[in-house]
Amino acid sequence: MNAIVGVSAEKPVTSAADVFLEMNGIEKSFPGVKALQGVSFSVGRGEVHGLVGENGAGKSTLMKILSGAYHADAGTLVLSGETITAPTPASMIDRGVAVIYQEFAQAEHLSVAENIFMNRLPRNRFGRIDWKTASREAMHAMDRLGFCIDPRRLVGSLSVAQRQMVEIARAISRNARLIVLDEPSAVLGDTELEKLFRTIRTLQAEGVAFIYISHRLKEVFELCQKATVLRDGKLVSTRPIAEWTTDSLIQCMVGRPIADYFPQRNARPGEEVLGVSGLSRGKALKNVSLSLRKGEIVGICGLAGAGRSELLRAIVGRDPIEGGEIRLHGKVRRIASPRKAISLGIGFAPEDRKTEGLFLSQSVRFNVTISRLGNFGSTARLNLGKERVSVRDYVRRLRVKTPEIDTAIGTLSGGNQQKCVIAKQLNARCDVLLIDEPTRGVDVGARREIYELLVDLVEREGLAVLMVSSELPEIIGMCDRILVMREGEIAAELPRGASEEEIMKHATFN
Amino acid sequence: MASPNTMIETEERRFRLALPKGAGLIWVLAGLCILATLLSSSFLNPVNVMNVMRQVALFGIVSVGMTFVILTKGIDLSVGSILGVCAVTTALLLVGGWPVAAVVPLVLLIGVCMGALNGLGITLGGIPPFIMTLGMMVMGRGLALTLANGQPVGLGARAADFMWLGRGAMLGVPVPVWIFAAVAAIAIYVLRYTAYGRQIYAVGSNAEAAHLSGIDVGLVTFSVYVVSGFLASLTAIIFVSRLTVGEPTAGTGIELEAIAITVIGGTSLFGGEGGILGTIIGAGILAVLANIMNLLGISPFTQQIVKGAIIIGAVLYEMLRKRRARH
Repeated sequence: MNAIVGVSAEKPVTSAADVFLEMNGIEKSFPGVKALQGVSFSVGRGEVHGLVGENGAGKSTLMKILSGAYHADAGTLVLSGETITAPTPASMIDRGVAVIYQEFAQAEHLSVAENIFMNRLPRNRFGRIDWKTASREAMHAMDRLGFCIDPRRLVGSLSVAQRQMVEIARAISRNARLIVLDEPSAVLGDTELEKLFRTIRTLQAEGVAFIYISHRLKEVFELCQKATVLRDGKLVSTRPIAEWTTDSLIQCMVGRPIADYFPQRNARPGEEVLGVSGLSRGKALKNVSLSLRKGEIVGICGLAGAGRSELLRAIVGRDPIEGGEIRLHGKVRRIASPRKAISLGIGFAPEDRKTEGLFLSQSVRFNVTISRLGNFGSTARLNLGKERVSVRDYVRRLRVKTPEIDTAIGTLSGGNQQKCVIAKQLNARCDVLLIDEPTRGVDVGARREIYELLVDLVEREGLAVLMVSSELPEIIGMCDRILVMREGEIAAELPRGASEEEIMKHATFN
Repeated sequence: MASPNTMIETEERRFRLALPKGAGLIWVLAGLCILATLLSSSFLNPVNVMNVMRQVALFGIVSVGMTFVILTKGIDLSVGSILGVCAVTTALLLVGGWPVAAVVPLVLLIGVCMGALNGLGITLGGIPPFIMTLGMMVMGRGLALTLANGQPVGLGARAADFMWLGRGAMLGVPVPVWIFAAVAAIAIYVLRYTAYGRQIYAVGSNAEAAHLSGIDVGLVTFSVYVVSGFLASLTAIIFVSRLTVGEPTAGTGIELEAIAITVIGGTSLFGGEGGILGTIIGAGILAVLANIMNLLGISPFTQQIVKGAIIIGAVLYEMLRKRRARH
């Protein structure tokens, strides 16, 4: 109690009028972990406030306290000057706080209107649901946000971007005054992101405040008026955006200066290992040709829907192709399934680790070795000892932070999971690695490790890497050649050192 | 920051996960056995012990197959009907004068074929396992009743040379128990030490990731229904041998018993978690429980109520355990 009194005495009372949210001296512990220590944080009306920090820095915990899902051990929560004593998720929604998580809580089999008005569908005099009003109101809410979806469509049939909009429309229809967006851009392409930003700005002008959580600092600079950095459960710094630079933000997040973020490349490409010519698949891929050489990292970028992931999926035989050929070490191969691709030495780390890349409930060991169990004795008699030795070796080499190799992989952080995905490909003895969004959901410190690992594999072990990424700095910093895709075609091939502007020019319409 | 944090979390999680799962069940079984000894002097009577073990063996064999299926996130409701069809065919073939050495493989083949049909419907046809095996359950029972003309098929004079499998004993242990021990040992080996075993877990944990990891998901899924059908037919042979009669209603409801045993044994209905050891203990728990109630003269109707409550309790326990592990 002392702490609360002490902190609230310090707070400046003058700004109370334009401050919407104040969190003072928030503390939260879980068994064995101090998740938050004395965090004080405020957001003004109509302000977009960036909240950044590495995974595990306490961002999610802080937002869960704000949403009423967790209770703080100490500290106060003040909304519009009113101290909230026992927040619950329902009462916080009533008070105008809406949290939009990465994984939306939506009913996929219900319509857009039903999702927007969940639990509050308008009724007529007889208690029947008034669908006409519901549709009209839903259209109205979406109109305000500057987008339009048929309110009768099922949410399950929408794109991720559209579903995000529905989620925001729901918040707005409940008169939200503060909307928390948790990594909204992780699932969006550039044009969709542009739309999201427009919506945010429109609402901001109406006085709605936002807390914007993102790993992509560029967005924070573009959108936010203020940025706050959390590290190890403590608030490191809150400053107006003009006082931050990318370097100072990263330094603050990681707690140490980062000299140069991307490892030095010393490319000496050898002969071609993977060749693709005239690959076609419906509208997704049109006559795509590329060549990947030993010891080379080639990047593929483009807007969402340009066919980047589709290209990788077609090469590994996940999606059937309609035309074109694939050569491996100069030999034309028909790859009908991922099984075939693996046997030919093509490794594939898919875009969505959780749903496509990993067996979350299984151990690190299980996940790493499943790609080729024949490495350990025969498939009819696995040598578990040999398997453990091999996995321990990968864990050490790739610096995977895990208590044990039998720990469930779902409990590791994004960066460590991604390292396991790479280990899994190495276990399959691939010499070509196709990797889709290598650092999605990976925090800043671990990103660098992933980059170093990839460079190391390419330069020391002669791997060839084909890498898809939506993050241009990553493409520019890592790749020896850059392929820009647009509408299922390769629109341009650019050398190392191409600028973001140049890439964007080719990615969008001329 | 992320690393020390996650380390502590995961260690704690492992601890909680590991303790009640493996060790807890065996204590439940031991507790039940002690309770049974205290409640009834006849529990430890050798004849009674043999009976309980035979019971464990018969349900256990079917449950091993069910465990394979459930590990892939599937379900097999047709095992009881496959058992019925195979029981009737066994009796009919024996009465028709076929030698035992031909009847046994033939009947096993029938079980395999019915399981394969399930597998094809599910993998090639894309029919949900619940529906496919439900259809097979109804069809199979109809087939069994048709073949037997609705009447039990007695073995008559052939009973003598066929009784050994169900009623015989080796080294004082009933033959069905030996068969169950062999089946369980092979199953444990397969799940632990073969690539195929790993693939079963992989398919159940995440079918898409399994496909991208180079696993033939269709083939693995198909195979578990074949295994389940095979083990149902094996149980049928033991059934007929023990009762010396092929009843078209044999095995009615055994699918539910097998699902209950598997789930009580800690295998997750959501796939990818669990194993044979749990299933063996689960079979033991249900058999001892039924035995206690029989010895105490509790009516079969009441027994059903208790059994149902235990199934719900077991799943509830799993849910609570998972929820706790998540926080």
